[in-house]
Amino acid sequence: MTDEELDTFAGQLDQILSSVASVGEVAAADVPPTSHAVPLTNVFREDAPREGLSQQQALSGAPAAEQGRFRVPRILGEEQ
Amino acid sequence: MTDLTRLTAAELAEKIHSREVTSAQVTRAHLDRIAQVDGRVHAFLHVDTEGALAAAEAVDAELDKGAAPASPLAGVPLALKDVFVTKDVPTTCGSKMLEGWLPPYDSTVAARLRAAGVVILGKTNMDEFAMGSSTENSAYGPTRNPWDPDRIPGGSGGGSSASLAAFEAPLAIGTDTGGSIRQPGAVTGTVGAKPTYGGVSRYGLIAFSSSLDQGGPCARTVLDAALLHEAIAGHDPADATSIEAPVPRVVEAARAGAKGDLSGTRVGVVREFAGEGYQSGVSAAFDAAVEQLRALGAEVVEVSCPHFQYALAAYYLIAPSEASSNLARFDAMRYGLRTGDDGGASAEQVMAATREAGFGPEVKRRIMLGTFALSSGYYDAYYGQAQKVRTLIARDFAAAYEQVDVLVSPTTPTTAFKIGERVDDPMAMYLADLCTIPANLAGTAALSVPCGLSPDDGLPVGLQIMAPALADERMYRVGAAYESATEPLINRVPELGGEQ
Repeated sequence: MTDEELDTFAGQLDQILSSVASVGEVAAADVPPTSHAVPLTNVFREDAPREGLSQQQALSGAPAAEQGRFRVPRILGEEQ
Repeated sequence: MTDLTRLTAAELAEKIHSREVTSAQVTRAHLDRIAQVDGRVHAFLHVDTEGALAAAEAVDAELDKGAAPASPLAGVPLALKDVFVTKDVPTTCGSKMLEGWLPPYDSTVAARLRAAGVVILGKTNMDEFAMGSSTENSAYGPTRNPWDPDRIPGGSGGGSSASLAAFEAPLAIGTDTGGSIRQPGAVTGTVGAKPTYGGVSRYGLIAFSSSLDQGGPCARTVLDAALLHEAIAGHDPADATSIEAPVPRVVEAARAGAKGDLSGTRVGVVREFAGEGYQSGVSAAFDAAVEQLRALGAEVVEVSCPHFQYALAAYYLIAPSEASSNLARFDAMRYGLRTGDDGGASAEQVMAATREAGFGPEVKRRIMLGTFALSSGYYDAYYGQAQKVRTLIARDFAAAYEQVDVLVSPTTPTTAFKIGERVDDPMAMYLADLCTIPANLAGTAALSVPCGLSPDDGLPVGLQIMAPALADERMYRVGAAYESATEPLINRVPELGGEQ
């Protein structure tokens, strides 16, 4: 984020947060939370083998690829 | 010859299946119309001329051989919201993050459309990652409302609804997380339905808020929406939240409703969705619609859903929370944008630079809001409390549906606002979804049908008809009955400037 964005967002997020804080007005101490409208647990499907993506397809959108693999920037620091 | 772009999907299907016209002719007519007017509307992000004509010719070849149509909509063209992944056809989700991406697979919705012989004309403009109510958050510029090019077409699916109102397509697909099918439908004078959550597969639908996102049909008539609903709905093993139950018989319900008899139907007017904040012209159009339902024989009562007033606040905690998690996948490693990879920068620096460059302001706001609402110390007061309010909203619905068959309200508190008017005021923008959000939080079904022009500004108003989960057919029956008793609004869309 740029400094300019930070300045704009800080005010806007403050306004949004103070508005959505109204959920706190509701007395809901003994109400169970809903994370999902349809209560489903342990959904299974047939374990049917099917073709996956080929290596070429999987790499087709890669920002950078090398030797049939995703090429990524370094993940370790200088001193590691 | 009849202007093919003015016909409904049902009429086009009938003409194509009886070989009065070919699907290729119908498709070409719509591609021509897009070429002619989309410079002014900007409903499309990508027009797949070649793919569309090939699909149409394939349908024609089958029909010429004497084969039965693959589906009731075989050969009819459609505009697909760019949130759905399409194999080898650009999919951006309205974001720079996915500019130029060619997905290696099809979403279930796209695959079902292709299997049904529906011709996909192209991909429609939308607010970035479906976050917004005006399509102004698209990284590719706003879509304009065919009723007034200075006004928004709604959002996030503004491109889909605008393409219908501009006669660029007879059918379109949208997604509705907090109203993104219904609100654009309302402000463009078109029809849009949010099916019961789990009714339409989310496989290949780029996730915004997974417990709320739901794909659904957009059209110019209730029957067309119902035909499209049946083409895309039904259980999908690839989506674990897809419901394993028969698809509601919405086409039959729309045909039955069109007879215009609502005697015995109990309609509840939501008391909380009126008063302050509602444009007087919207209230007037809504009140007239309720009178019309009464005249068709419905029994109308007022119903109170006291927790609906907290729905907007709960939504703007739950949806950003889920979004902050879902959008973590845009990490610049396997697909999509990568910037700042100069050979020296670390993966973390590249991720940060890419997300700064690739996401627009609304997406950034929501990621920050969601991250905050989920953070330890604030979780209980924000996300946790919002989830409890969600329970209370679902209970309000359950209690209301004990008294009535369907609930009605205006779809949006105001008509289409001016482009630019609410861009710098996120809370004002969020208010556009005030009436549509409860159905998303509860996972129930809801439809918006045109209900006339607001007397104060002459712009379209939407009537929202809500139904219990898995009872989607009720809203189609009531919507079709209402539609049968009113003049088709869509014929009053002004001709787009520079024509005739």
